[in-house]
Amino acid sequence: MAGPLLSVDDLHTQFDTEEGTVKAVDGVSFDVREGETVCLVGESGSGKTVACESITKLVPRPPGRITGGEVRFDGEDLTELSGKALREYRGGRIGHVFQNPQEALDPVYTVGDQLVEAIRLHRDVPKAAARERAAELLDRVGIGDVSERIDDYPHQFSGGMKQRVVIAMALACDPDLLIADEPTTALDVTIQAQVLRLLNDLQDEHGMAMLFVTHDLGVVAEIADRVVVMYAGKVMETGDVYQVFEDPSHPYTRALLECLPGRGRALDTIGGTLPDPTSPPDGCRFHPRCPHAVPECETDGQPGFRDVGGGHDVSCLLHDDRHDLPRAMEADDD
Amino acid sequence: MTEHAHDGGEHGAGSGESDAVLSVRNLEKHYPVRSGLLRRVTGHVKAVDGVSFDVREGETVGLVGESGCGKSTTATSLLRLEEPTGGAVYFDGEDITEYDSSEEQAFRRRAQMVFQDPNSAFDPRMTVGESVAEPLGIHGLRDRQRQQRIVEDILERVGLAASDTDRYPHEFSGGQKQRIALARALVLNPDLLVADEPVSALDVSVQAEILSLLDDLQQELGLSMLLISHDLGVVRQVCDRVGVMYLGELVELAPTEELFANPQHPYTEALLASIPNPNPRQRGGAVELTGDVPDPSSPPSGCSFHPRCPRVVPPEGYNFPNDSFREVLDFRLDAETGDVDDDLSTAAAVREDYGLPPELPDGDADAVLSAAIEDVLAGDTESAAERLGDAFSTVCEREAPTLAETDAGHPAACHLHGVASEHAPPELAGDD
Repeated sequence: MAGPLLSVDDLHTQFDTEEGTVKAVDGVSFDVREGETVCLVGESGSGKTVACESITKLVPRPPGRITGGEVRFDGEDLTELSGKALREYRGGRIGHVFQNPQEALDPVYTVGDQLVEAIRLHRDVPKAAARERAAELLDRVGIGDVSERIDDYPHQFSGGMKQRVVIAMALACDPDLLIADEPTTALDVTIQAQVLRLLNDLQDEHGMAMLFVTHDLGVVAEIADRVVVMYAGKVMETGDVYQVFEDPSHPYTRALLECLPGRGRALDTIGGTLPDPTSPPDGCRFHPRCPHAVPECETDGQPGFRDVGGGHDVSCLLHDDRHDLPRAMEADDD
Repeated sequence: MTEHAHDGGEHGAGSGESDAVLSVRNLEKHYPVRSGLLRRVTGHVKAVDGVSFDVREGETVGLVGESGCGKSTTATSLLRLEEPTGGAVYFDGEDITEYDSSEEQAFRRRAQMVFQDPNSAFDPRMTVGESVAEPLGIHGLRDRQRQQRIVEDILERVGLAASDTDRYPHEFSGGQKQRIALARALVLNPDLLVADEPVSALDVSVQAEILSLLDDLQQELGLSMLLISHDLGVVRQVCDRVGVMYLGELVELAPTEELFANPQHPYTEALLASIPNPNPRQRGGAVELTGDVPDPSSPPSGCSFHPRCPRVVPPEGYNFPNDSFREVLDFRLDAETGDVDDDLSTAAAVREDYGLPPELPDGDADAVLSAAIEDVLAGDTESAAERLGDAFSTVCEREAPTLAETDAGHPAACHLHGVASEHAPPELAGDD
C-alpha cells in the first residue's frame, strides 16, 4: 500500500471571536489507513470535532478559518480544493455521520427521497435505480420492512432508527472513509450497542476506513484500532488501542482513564480546568493541571513526539532521556 | 450498606419503614392523551406506573433506565413538583400528598432537587450569591448578613471561593455551575437531595469531580439522596442501592454491587452488558436487544419487556432450548403488527431474516412455524399471526410480573423467578 488513505499534517484551524482568536486545532497530525478505525478522543473543547470537520472544510467560514497544514486524502490535498471539487468528496468518497440524527435529516422529505438525492448527487443514475439502491441501503442498516418505511418521514422513526438512516445516507456512495462525530452519544446504551455493532459489520463488509470522534473511552475500547488523544487543540498521545489503554503514557491520558466512573473505587480527578482557548499556556498545554509537571514543561511550546515503542507517540517531556520521571508516574499505579 | 438491605420484599405495605426518610408506595403518574376536535382523553401515557422503594437515612439510592422509562417523572412526582395521579409518598412517615400548604413549605425546605443542565438553572442577571441566597429568603431568613455568612460557607463547602458570591453565572464553567446548583440545593440544610442526571451534561473529568463532591457532602451532612441517571457507571460510583426502571415500572432493586454482580432481571442484564467496557481486549460483550423501547401510551401486555427480552419464557408444551424462543416470538410479533418484510419471498429467506434455524429442535413447534411462514408467503399475515398466537403464547405477555424476592436475595419483577417459575422450564428458572 502506497501510504495512508488520509493524512492530516500540522493542521491549524482557528475561529475569530469577540474575545480573540481561538486556535481550536493547533498543529494536529494523524493518519488513517485503509480499512482502519481511528478514534479521536478528548473532552469538549479539545478540538476533536473541528479537526474532523476541517478535513472536508465543513467548518463554517467565517468565523472559522483553516490557516495551515495539509489534509491529504488518497494523495490529494483537500485544503487546496475549491468548493465544487470538495463536494465530490463530501458524501462521495468521504461519508459523514453526525451526533444528532434529528438535525441531520430534513423533516419535510421522506427518508427515501433524501437517500435518492444523496445518491444522485454523486452518481448519474436514473431515479428508479437510485431508489432501488436506497432500499438496499436501508435494508443493510437494519431497517425492517423497507418497502413501506422508505416513504416514511424522519419523525416516524425512533432515535436509533434515525441514526441508522443517517448511516445509510453516509454509505450511499460506498465511501472509502466514514467520518463519524459522536454518532452514538445521543442514543441510549442498548441502542448504542446496536449501532456500534452495525458500524463494525459495515466496515468489515466494505473495508472502509473510519474516523470516529468520541469522548467515551468505553466506546473507544470497543471499536478503535488506533487512538488519537487530544487536549486543548493539540494531540497528546497516539498509539494503537492496546498501547493507549494498557500503557497510557501521557499524564492526560492516564488521568482520563482514571476518572472513568463505575470502576468500583474512589475516583481520581484531574483538578483545574481547561485553559482559556484564546490564550493557551506556553509549553505543554496540559502542564497547569499535570501532576508531574516540571519547570521545563512551562516553556518552548508543546513537546515534540517521542516514540515510546512501536508507533506509540507521546508529546511529553517525561519521556525525554533527560528526565527520569517516568518512574514517578509508575509510582502512582498502585 | 445498612442491615436492612435485604428486606426489600415487603413492597406495597401501608406506610414506610421506620428508618426510611422517604418511602414511595405504588407511585403513579399517568398523563392523559387527548385527541380529536374536542380534545377528549383517549388514553394515558403511564410514565410512572406503580413504583415503590425506600430511601433510608444517609443512604444514596439510584434509579437507572433508558430515556423515557419514567425515572425523571418519578423524581418530580415524589417531590410533588408534578402532582402524582396515584400512590403515596411518605416523608419521615407522613404522607406528603396530604400536606397542607404550611406543611408543604416545610417539606420544600427539607427536600431539594438538582437538575441536569446547570447552564439553564440560573437567572443570568442574578449574582451567584443572590441565587444561592434566594431559598433562604423564601424560607424566612431575610437578614442580609446572616444570609451572606451562610452562602459563603456553603460555597466553600462545594469547592468554590467565598468571594465568588459577587460573580455572575456566565463567568463559571459547567462543572462550577453544577457546584453552585448544589450549593443552592444544600443551603437550607435539607434531609433529602434528589439529583436528576447531575453529571450527564459534564465531561468525564468534571463528572468525576462532581461525583466525589456529592459523596463527600453526603457523608459530611448525613444527606439521604436519590440519584437519577442513565449512566450505570455513575450510579455504581455513588449509590448504595439501585433500582432499574423500564417503561414506568421498577423491574429490579438491589444493593449496588449485588446488582452489578448478579442481575436477576434480563433487562438489567442487557443494560449492564451494553455499557462499553473500557478494556479493548473484551470487545463485543453486548447482549443485543431487539427493537426499541415501546411506545409508553400503549405498553405491551404482561411484562412490558417481553417484546425485547432475550430470555422470554417459552410457551408451555413445547421445547425451546437455550433461549431459542426469542426469534420465534420476534416473528410472531411482527406478524401481528403486519411488519413482516414484504420483500421476503422464500421460507428460507424468512427464517434467515429472523435468525431462525432451518428447523426448530421441537418438531411440533416447527410444524406450526412452517405453516405460519407459508401463510406469510401467501400474503395472509393475519392467519399467520393467529396460528402463532394460538400455539405460542408466553406467560410473559399474559401476566404482569410483580416485584418479588428472588433467590439472589433482592427483588426483581420477572417470570423467571418467583411464583410464576413453574411456567418456565427448570433450567431457565434457575440462576446461571
